[in-house]
Amino acid sequence: MRLVAEHLACTRGARPLFRDLGFVLEAGVALIVTGPNGTGKSSLLRLLAGLAAPTAGTVRLEGAGVEPDAPVAEQAHYLGHLDAHKAALSAAENLGFWRALMGRPRLGIEQALARVGLGGLGPLPVAVLSAGQKRRLALARLLVAHRPLWLLDEPTTALDVAAQARFAEIAQGHLDAGGLIVAATHAPLGLSPARELRLGAPAAPRTGEAAVGEMDGSAR
Amino acid sequence: MMAAFLALVRRDLALALRAGGGAGLGVVFFLAVVVVTPFAIGPDLALLARVGPAILWIGALLASLIGLDRLFAADAEDGSLDLLFMQELPLELAAAAKGLAHWLATGLPLVVAAPLLALLLNIEPRATGALVLTLLAGTPAITFLGLIGAAFASAFRRGGLLVAVLVMPLAIPVLIFGVAATTAAITGPVPFGTPFRILLGLALGALVLGPVAAAAALRVARG
Repeated sequence: MRLVAEHLACTRGARPLFRDLGFVLEAGVALIVTGPNGTGKSSLLRLLAGLAAPTAGTVRLEGAGVEPDAPVAEQAHYLGHLDAHKAALSAAENLGFWRALMGRPRLGIEQALARVGLGGLGPLPVAVLSAGQKRRLALARLLVAHRPLWLLDEPTTALDVAAQARFAEIAQGHLDAGGLIVAATHAPLGLSPARELRLGAPAAPRTGEAAVGEMDGSAR
Repeated sequence: MMAAFLALVRRDLALALRAGGGAGLGVVFFLAVVVVTPFAIGPDLALLARVGPAILWIGALLASLIGLDRLFAADAEDGSLDLLFMQELPLELAAAAKGLAHWLATGLPLVVAAPLLALLLNIEPRATGALVLTLLAGTPAITFLGLIGAAFASAFRRGGLLVAVLVMPLAIPVLIFGVAATTAAITGPVPFGTPFRILLGLALGALVLGPVAAAAALRVARG
């Protein structure tokens, strides 16, 4: 399976963020999207998730096990800036809802909570969880339903050092199982193999030149 | 897909019934409208019986609109709507599931409360049955038409006013035939079945049109 993006262009308001951006991401490889604030990292992830329409270009999944007409969105987990929890429901209820809604179940709720270090906190309402714990609960969503492509926008925001290591372990496990990851980040995630997509040059030519470069093992 | 649909219904119902969910607000508003009306009209029992069904229907219509503005807006603000967009469950069915949960939490209690409130308005028992039937058919129609306004409201901050403005005109035919059917059951001369069948037709139309239009509105708002 591979993720193919061709000639992508994105405009935010009247300002072009990037254009003619393309890459091919093979299974088992992480694509780390880097770049200064405002260069379109989040916008790129939303394009890939089908949550925004590109000004030009196409995104598709190819290869074994991919239905030709199925949208990329249905094969993807999207972890954005918002955690998509309901504060009035408990952690387990939130996770259970997404597990039932998303289908293609993998880990059980208790297992997934334990995996992200929230074991025993299932009955607590999300309203009383800390920011880091909410983020962990959002990460647990990646584990309860199977999706080959993970789109992660600043996945380690609010996570402590131990939780970051846990996240790296989970993400590495997904890569080793032949999954794909596209992550926008400022902090190194420690994934391998990984490639870097640098969105850039917010200054003078506001078109943003995109360059894809190989990265060695652990991100910078 | 059915499992996903039911999961969404269950979650929205749980959210509405929890403290602060707002399920009780509609019934309390309904109660308030109906209880104060006899005081405003005065001790004319015949007049009260004549306008009773209309008052109950107006109360039910307005009470059904309460909470609709937050239906999609809450999901848009916490990021849930993004994920709903990405699932195999079509957005139309997701909208229908949210509509169903909202009706179960706010519309159904109105129907259940109506016979009790009918006593306050001096409506005779035979007409009470007709009234409950018309509300049972009419309140889902209002809720599902309301989905359209709710979808637009999610695109704007403070879109609450928008819901009333958008939905009220669409709901007028439901109001007309709901009250007409109830009046027909009390005084005639038109048989109850004639306006009631039109009401059922309107309700069926709304059940289909509402979610489809709401999904289209959500997509446009996103684009």
